[in-house]
Order: sequence, then C-alpha cells, then structure tokens
Amino acid sequence: MYTWIWRHLPGGTGSKAFCALLLVLAVSALLLFVVFPRVEHLLPFTDVTVDQ
Amino acid sequence: MSRAGDLVRTGLRGVGQLLLTVGFVLLLFVVYELYVTDILAGQAQDELSDELRDEWDGAGSGATPAPITPEVGEAFAFLHVPGLGPGWNRAVVEGTSQDELAQGPGHYVGTALPGQQGNFAVAGHRVGRGSPFLDLDQLRPGDPIIVETADAWYVYRVLGDPATGDFAGGPVPGQQIVAPSDVSVISPTPLAAPEVPPSGAYLTLTTCHPKYSARQRLIVHAVLEGGPVPRADAPDGPPALQEG
Repeated sequence: MYTWIWRHLPGGTGSKAFCALLLVLAVSALLLFVVFPRVEHLLPFTDVTVDQ
Repeated sequence: MSRAGDLVRTGLRGVGQLLLTVGFVLLLFVVYELYVTDILAGQAQDELSDELRDEWDGAGSGATPAPITPEVGEAFAFLHVPGLGPGWNRAVVEGTSQDELAQGPGHYVGTALPGQQGNFAVAGHRVGRGSPFLDLDQLRPGDPIIVETADAWYVYRVLGDPATGDFAGGPVPGQQIVAPSDVSVISPTPLAAPEVPPSGAYLTLTTCHPKYSARQRLIVHAVLEGGPVPRADAPDGPPALQEG
C-alpha cells in the first residue's frame, strides 16, 4: 500500500517526502480529533463511576 | 527470481506495513488519551467556569442559600481541594455519563446536593481529560474538600484520624478501594443500604484505580464541618481554602 502511494506522489524524492509527511499529519489529525473521540466510549479505560 | 518468490515478498511486505500501521495507530491513541483529552477537557472547564462565574455575578446573593436544582450537563458548583495542588479547583457538572465527565467532575444524579444531609457524590477521571482526580490517593484524613455554590461555601473534611493518618476508625472510612459494582459507597449513609436514611452530610469522590486501569474504584469519603459559610461573610472563601 505504501509503495503504491509513494509511486503516485508527484515530483522528486524531496517533494514525495513532503507530501508523505502531509498525508501522515492529515491521517493523524483525523484519528485524534474525529475517530478516537467517537470510539473511545466503547472502551473501558475511562470508567470512573460506581454502578451496577 | 521466480514468480512465487515475488508473491511471497509482496505478501510479507504487506504484513510488515500493516503491523507498522497498527502500532502507529495504537501509539497515537495513547497520545490522545494522555494529552489530547487534557486539552479538550481544559477548554471545556474554562468555558464552564466562565459561564458559572457570569451566572453567579448576575444573581444577587441572599442571606439564606437558595436551593439548587441543576439540569444534567449543567455546571452548578466549584470543588476546591488544596491537597491536590495549590489553587486546585474544578467546575462540577450534573451527571456522570461520559459526556459530562469529559468536561469535569460529575455529580451522581439523585445523590445529595452540597451541604444537604446525605451523600454529595462526585465522580472524576484519574488519567486523561485533565486528570482531575490523579492524586486523589494523596489526600490524608482531615484534609479539606471545599464546595463553592452560588451563595455559600461548604467545608468537608476527609474522614479518619488526622493524628495517625489512619483512614479507618469511624463507621465510614476516609479512603477505600472497592469493586466497580459497589454502589453502597454513594448511599445517603456511605456503605449502608441505599434506603437507609442519611446519618450526616457526607461528600464522596470516586475515580478509577489503579492509575491507567479501570479494574477497581478509589473512593474518598468526607464529612461536612460546621454549616454553610455565606459568600457575603467570606467573599474569598473560608480559611480552610488556604490549607495544604
């Protein structure tokens, strides 16, 4: 998959590396601010209350 | 090289990339839980504090404390715990679902309100979301837990013997570690059955235990010391606020 992406990025090695970095940052931001907030309540790590 | 060898190489590379990706996502989730939630919770707390202060500034403070009836999701009091750090305070929200707890410590719906007979019970995160109750295990018997409402201050003291530091002693211990299903800790009289009438004005804080786990719950019980201190008498808070 990464090989395929690398081949389709434009320009020389420098430009490819810069675009790859942008892609990584974009995916990270998507995970941190959209995906994780929605899925974390399904996980038990944040339980602090007592209940039945 | 044979064609079969190419296929194997491509397959192995794919597996390697998949493992790297999974590792990266998991690391990112740890970063999210430990740091990003702090930032989000910090913003939520700031907003709640500002709203509450504005609301209180608008209302005139009478001589007798007006009854509070918070809606779920609404902030209605400040919690001050000098033992958790100098100037430690958080706006308390009504309700203990994830939505409320993401903003700050949450009041168990149906338990007593500040100063009332019964058990004013509040849950808060230990790690992440601003980690309000990270050092709850550091509180010692006699440490003040101060609740600030629109027109009064209430000083609670962690139960136990301040001289020896022993939490046990009275019928209600100052600190205990219980199973997540042990709801008796937030009963009107802590540890009694839910229908037993209150035997005093208690405050109970609950959080997860040990740190980074949700296997057990760390519980701190405190009891009201004296009556309400009207805001008019102590605009900057009772003397207990300066302790610790």
